[in-house]
Amino acid sequence: MALVLNEDQAMIRDSAEGFFKAEAPTTAFRKLRDSKDATGFDRALWKKMAEMGFAGVLVPEGHGGSGFGYVGAGLIQEAIGRNLSLSPMLSTAILAATALLVGGTDEQKAAYLPKIASGDLLMALASDEKSRHTPNHVATTAAASGNGFKLNGTKSFVLDGHVADKLIVAARTSGADGDTDGITLFLVDPKAAGVSIARQPMVDSRNAAKVVLNDVQVDGADVLGEVGNGWAILERALDAGRACLAAEMLGVSAQSFETTVDYLKTRDQFGVKIGSFQALQHRAAHLFCEVELARSVTLRALQALDEGDDRASIFASLAKAKGGEVAKLATNEGVQLHGGIGMTDEFDIGLYMKRARAARETFGDIAFNGDRLAKLMGY
Amino acid sequence: MSDALEQFRSETRAWLEANCPAEMRTPQTSEDETCWGGRNFKFTSQAQKDWMDRMGAKGWTVPEWPKAYGGGGLSKEEAKVLSSELRRIKARSPLNSFGIWMLGPALLKFGSEEQKKHYLPQIARGEIRWCQGYSEPGSGSDLASLRTSAEDKGDHYLVNGQKVWTSYADKADWIFCLVRTDPTVAKHHGISFLLFDMASPGVSTAPIKLISGASPFCQTFFDNVKVPKENLVGVPGKGWDIAKYLLTHEREMIGAMDTGDARETMAQVAARKIGLENGTIADAALRTDIIRHEIDAWAFALTMERVKDTAKAGQGVGALSSMLKYYGTELNKQRMELLMSIGGSDGLLWEGDNKGDGDLSRGWLRSRANSIEGGTSEINLNIIAKRVLELPGA
Ligand SMILES: Cc1cc2nc3c(=O)[nH]c(=O)nc-3n(C[C@H](O)[C@H](O)[C@H](O)COP(=O)(O)OP(=O)(O)OC[C@H]3O[C@@H](n4cnc5c(N)ncnc54)[C@H](O)[C@@H]3O)c2cc1C
Repeated sequence: MALVLNEDQAMIRDSAEGFFKAEAPTTAFRKLRDSKDATGFDRALWKKMAEMGFAGVLVPEGHGGSGFGYVGAGLIQEAIGRNLSLSPMLSTAILAATALLVGGTDEQKAAYLPKIASGDLLMALASDEKSRHTPNHVATTAAASGNGFKLNGTKSFVLDGHVADKLIVAARTSGADGDTDGITLFLVDPKAAGVSIARQPMVDSRNAAKVVLNDVQVDGADVLGEVGNGWAILERALDAGRACLAAEMLGVSAQSFETTVDYLKTRDQFGVKIGSFQALQHRAAHLFCEVELARSVTLRALQALDEGDDRASIFASLAKAKGGEVAKLATNEGVQLHGGIGMTDEFDIGLYMKRARAARETFGDIAFNGDRLAKLMGY
Repeated sequence: MSDALEQFRSETRAWLEANCPAEMRTPQTSEDETCWGGRNFKFTSQAQKDWMDRMGAKGWTVPEWPKAYGGGGLSKEEAKVLSSELRRIKARSPLNSFGIWMLGPALLKFGSEEQKKHYLPQIARGEIRWCQGYSEPGSGSDLASLRTSAEDKGDHYLVNGQKVWTSYADKADWIFCLVRTDPTVAKHHGISFLLFDMASPGVSTAPIKLISGASPFCQTFFDNVKVPKENLVGVPGKGWDIAKYLLTHEREMIGAMDTGDARETMAQVAARKIGLENGTIADAALRTDIIRHEIDAWAFALTMERVKDTAKAGQGVGALSSMLKYYGTELNKQRMELLMSIGGSDGLLWEGDNKGDGDLSRGWLRSRANSIEGGTSEINLNIIAKRVLELPGA
């Protein structure tokens, strides 16, 4: 597929850009942050996002979604990145929707997807257990019990876990820690006996949660996919997350870059605009190239997911790795080239740097994704 | 794909099957085997000559140029099919040429009808080899300060001066040359774009040896060289526009090329030289460097693809040739650096009894020039800052 947006996608981009700029700009972000809002996002905004078709971006029209696909989801994420908009888009509309689409039975899809699309159901993926992303490290156990399973273990960095109406938990039904076989996904009610959830406010003012499962009884019907074969579903959900985080980081990078170039054109020192200094011009020009590269890998990764390309995992890791490095550069250069004002809380650039840092860690940085990509390529 | 395009593919496949000699479907083993064409070119084999002649006659050395000027007259889609069919049979490039990469696009845009009819078919068929007379001893990055003069003598120009770093000047048949026709006006306005025969009386060349050991470029001297008036392209004094347009094509070309061994990916070379352990390259630290390079290289390749697709979709691409030149050449230098590391002491070999001995170290050295020739990295960053970012005083 050509590496350009088609007409429909260009329309989604324009409407997403307009929507988040108007409805959820950085001022809204600051308000939620400064009031230590317990939810961490505005539920009214999420409802509006559902009306725009954003919450159901991956949900087929038959299930009440808009079916824009991954390219569409990425464009929404890019606008979110540009505005630092807070919402459960990633946890619910991307990770959970993907897991359900890939692994859900017809009944599960019918039960959950329409509610995701309408903005009435929040979901969270509870997979990671180590502080550095290692998705095959699943020590949480699921032992056969009654007509279902009993779950025991601890999950960390569960995005939006503190508000989710339903959790998707990866647990081990067989095999040893580190094996990809033997992982099973479960749909778990966070209010069930034995589930305790502790909110963890992060550096980027988003919320992740620690989820402890203590003899939590789940029904056989709550298995997502097949017993012991959850890995493929988990991988696909994480790849969707990686590609869409790459898109969000692209928004972060592009916004930081543009803000910085504007500053170079307005700030005077030594009687001239600082943008006339060649040392800074070259850094800005280099950054321009890097943002263009991030844009290319992100679009390819999103298209690969839409097409069911057998290299989708490779492209997702490529986009996540490169997008993360570019976001690091863009936000660090952004702070540096703003001088002292770049270090102030009042100025937005630092907010972008914090978000870039967190997004880079989420679902693997360049070390993780580079290693994964190389292994998938046979080296 | 449409039926017409499918039809074109099967016809192309059949034609290539019949016309591409078997020897031209094996990987090139050294730079000596590159076909440059021209009056004095020594073909390494009859097959090399046949391949160039047949492709040239069909216009497929320049698939998208109009048929009237010796091109193939193919649409973008057809040209894509042709190149994928060429790749499929691993065909060598039938003809490498500054005429194709640089002069041709400039003539198509700025040349008179007579000039196009005369020069372009010769380029397409590989009959005339061109060199580029831009840089001078005092004018490199500041190209517009050039001093080689062309004095109007009524029916001809009289050219005097010196060029330097002229690639293949000693092998080329003709030169496209920037000259000053008016020394009285501002530097960008007195420049003209002139074409002349390197066999003209008064032209002489002296090869310069590179750090790679090869001598691909020369000092070029003009001593009262008479050039017919009709050899000026465009308008006198307006040569700078042509020079810049040509440079954008040159930059895209240099940015897109990699001089190394294209048959194997870097990971494959590393796997062969260093070995795999549990499926990963045995040297973990070097593997990390390779991975990071491959990520950038892939992201860059996708960017080239996106730029092309964007242009095809009729959306503007702007001054992106500078981005491609800057990033592509810096990447290629990094790539050769890593291939040297993978090679270890083997990579340091300068000469030997086996074919290919010394290629790596020489290729590594040659690649250093990529970020200098055709406008340095710094100059291309200046251009991005000025034209794309519109930064002040750049
Ligand atoms: C292998 C090779 C083949 C070539 N082939 C040809 C050819 O066929 N025809 C031809 O005409 N020329 C050719 N060239 C010449 C090439 O175009 C010039 O070398 C190049 O434009 C740089 O000019 P210079 O060598 O005079 O360096 P200079 O312009 O003197 O540059 C020296 C250093 O100063 C930096 N610099 C200069 N100005 C600025 C600025 N404004 N801002 C920041 N940094 C600056 C440069 O980036 C560079 O690092 C070739 C060069 C090489 C190496």
